[in-house]
Amino acid sequence: MDLFEYQGKQYFARFDIPVSPGGVADTVDQAVTVAESSGYPVVVKAQVQVGGRGKAGGIKLANNADEVRLHAGNILGMDIKGHVVKRLWVEHASDIAEEYYASYTLDRAAKKHLLMLSAQGGVDIEEVAAKDPGAIVKLHIDPVDGISSATARQAAIDAKIPARAVDGVASILVQLYRCFTEGDCDLAEINPLILKPTGEVHALDAKVSLDNNASFRHPEWDDYRATEELDSREQLARTHDLQYIGLDGSVGIIANGAGLAMSTLDVVNQVGGTAANFLDIGGGANADVMAAALEVINFDQKVKSIFINIFGGITRGEEVAKGIVEALGRVDLRAPIVIRLDGTNAEQGREILAKAGIPESKLMSKPTMLEAAKSAVAIANGK
Amino acid sequence: MAIFVNQNTKVIVQGLTGGQGKYHGLRNKTYGTQVVGGVTPGKGGTDVEGIPVFNTVAEAVAATGADASFIAVPPKAASAAILEAAAAGIRFIVCITEGIPAQDEAKVYNTLVRDFPKTRLLGPNCPGIISPGKCNIGITAGEIAELPSASRKNVGIVSRSGTLTYQALYELKQRGIGVSTCVGIGGDPVPGTNFIDCLREFQADPETDAIIRIGEIGGSAEEEAAEFIKANVTKPMSAYIAGVTAPPGKKMGHAGAIVSGGKGTAQGKMDALRKAGVKVGQNPTEAGTLMAEIIARLESGKSKGRGWRFWRRG
Repeated sequence: MDLFEYQGKQYFARFDIPVSPGGVADTVDQAVTVAESSGYPVVVKAQVQVGGRGKAGGIKLANNADEVRLHAGNILGMDIKGHVVKRLWVEHASDIAEEYYASYTLDRAAKKHLLMLSAQGGVDIEEVAAKDPGAIVKLHIDPVDGISSATARQAAIDAKIPARAVDGVASILVQLYRCFTEGDCDLAEINPLILKPTGEVHALDAKVSLDNNASFRHPEWDDYRATEELDSREQLARTHDLQYIGLDGSVGIIANGAGLAMSTLDVVNQVGGTAANFLDIGGGANADVMAAALEVINFDQKVKSIFINIFGGITRGEEVAKGIVEALGRVDLRAPIVIRLDGTNAEQGREILAKAGIPESKLMSKPTMLEAAKSAVAIANGK
Repeated sequence: MAIFVNQNTKVIVQGLTGGQGKYHGLRNKTYGTQVVGGVTPGKGGTDVEGIPVFNTVAEAVAATGADASFIAVPPKAASAAILEAAAAGIRFIVCITEGIPAQDEAKVYNTLVRDFPKTRLLGPNCPGIISPGKCNIGITAGEIAELPSASRKNVGIVSRSGTLTYQALYELKQRGIGVSTCVGIGGDPVPGTNFIDCLREFQADPETDAIIRIGEIGGSAEEEAAEFIKANVTKPMSAYIAGVTAPPGKKMGHAGAIVSGGKGTAQGKMDALRKAGVKVGQNPTEAGTLMAEIIARLESGKSKGRGWRFWRRG
């Protein structure tokens, strides 16, 4: 789960990482109130999860209440690359002497944590990596040991952070590591990490991505979940506890297993179609799960055909077939289904489907994944 | 032969008294696996359909001589269960638990490397391992795996995905091709056993003549494995990578299946494998067909694996 900037900053604050005084505003009046308490000048920032906010006019400096009103009014409701701004973050504008970069991620190849630190911050770090790779210090950290103050200090020195900022940066590196590990982040990034003319170091932006697997030990994440940017299909899928990702195509996909679901998307694409979604119904595939899955797919107006791709391992074919027949009785589908049922007891399953008396215009069975994909795509493409 | 597990492997099930542990543990036993005990704290002295239950892994090992463990406990308890098994001297751990936090996984992996170098962890979030006819640990439906044949060429399978593993087993069974061992390494970001570990074993295993690998987007395991294949694997291989059309930045069901920063794409992985001489299929069935062709070639004696370049007519 990706956090908004304001949530990231609130999360940072939990781990004693210094951020600018500020607050959230959903209206122009709230923006003024926050600005007054933060102290002018302030920065009014659009809260959307997309890059290039500044260029799009979503970040403005305001020196007084009138300017806050003007900018907040303009930015709220603004469409930035398809994301409509519903919320602002207003904070005291910092004087900036220098801008740095710091982040922690998991390096999957090394199976260790990776600290990236650079004295060249405030710009796209990928660009720095391409132009001047030597400007980024990359340090692997053993998750068993963690990072010590001494190591953090040395990393700052190696990154050519000026001497007057080394202690401040090192201290933030230690806190950010705590945030990354105890806070169960996939990514904890500060860009820019700034040095003020007064010598203090603090986080001017926050990019935090949380590991959903750890939500059981973070009840505080419920607030973040409530604001997560999901489309209406994804919201519906969440209420049914389904592993669903909305896409733009016209073939609705239901498969059992993440690998098979991904594979189904690929095969649909190979035969000239486009998938409307990714949906993994897992091993169970009983009538309740199938009905929920069909309901979510049916809700998507773009769907012109539904491809159910089931490979029975432990899940037996006849159980899946019964589930589908029962689910069809509960959900009134707009689009026809093409099903490929294979694996354990697939024969019995196909027989159940054939005997259920469902017309072929509503449910068509195909023996292989490729043939089923072709049929589903032909229907979706109006052929 | 087979890799990692065989008819002599003695397995305990951590979480045998729970729903998943009981269901799959008993299925594994029915398949013929030596399931010698279970572990559930507080339930020592009881039994599950005749399988004795112990309070700790150490007690179970002392009483049964188990050398492998099947962990089927919830995500909260999984890390401790893995480390307990390692500390009790278990050699091979299979953890099917899905949903373990990545931070816990990274810590457990590095603890195993440092403190228990002789213990191998398979998973977490994996379907398990089956050496057909000998040993089945995990959730694989044993009946869809074709037994290896002494008179024919047999295939080793290594996969990140559960259902696609079944699919691969099924494709081979349809064609009557035997499987030496099928390893599901799981879809999490920090797998205890990776592709290279399996390829190394398959290369050394006399019963394995060719290898299928089923991969998916995310990470760079396939790319690293491709380097390893070039340098070390002479047995012929076919492969399939799922997720060509996966949108970047989205976790596709598996915690580790994500394309981030342009890295971990299916195309990159397929290219790397092709360069290493692996036959790459566009879908799982095609990977099976390619393998059938490889086996046919091997059995007609016209090929000596990836060393076909050195084959001479006559």
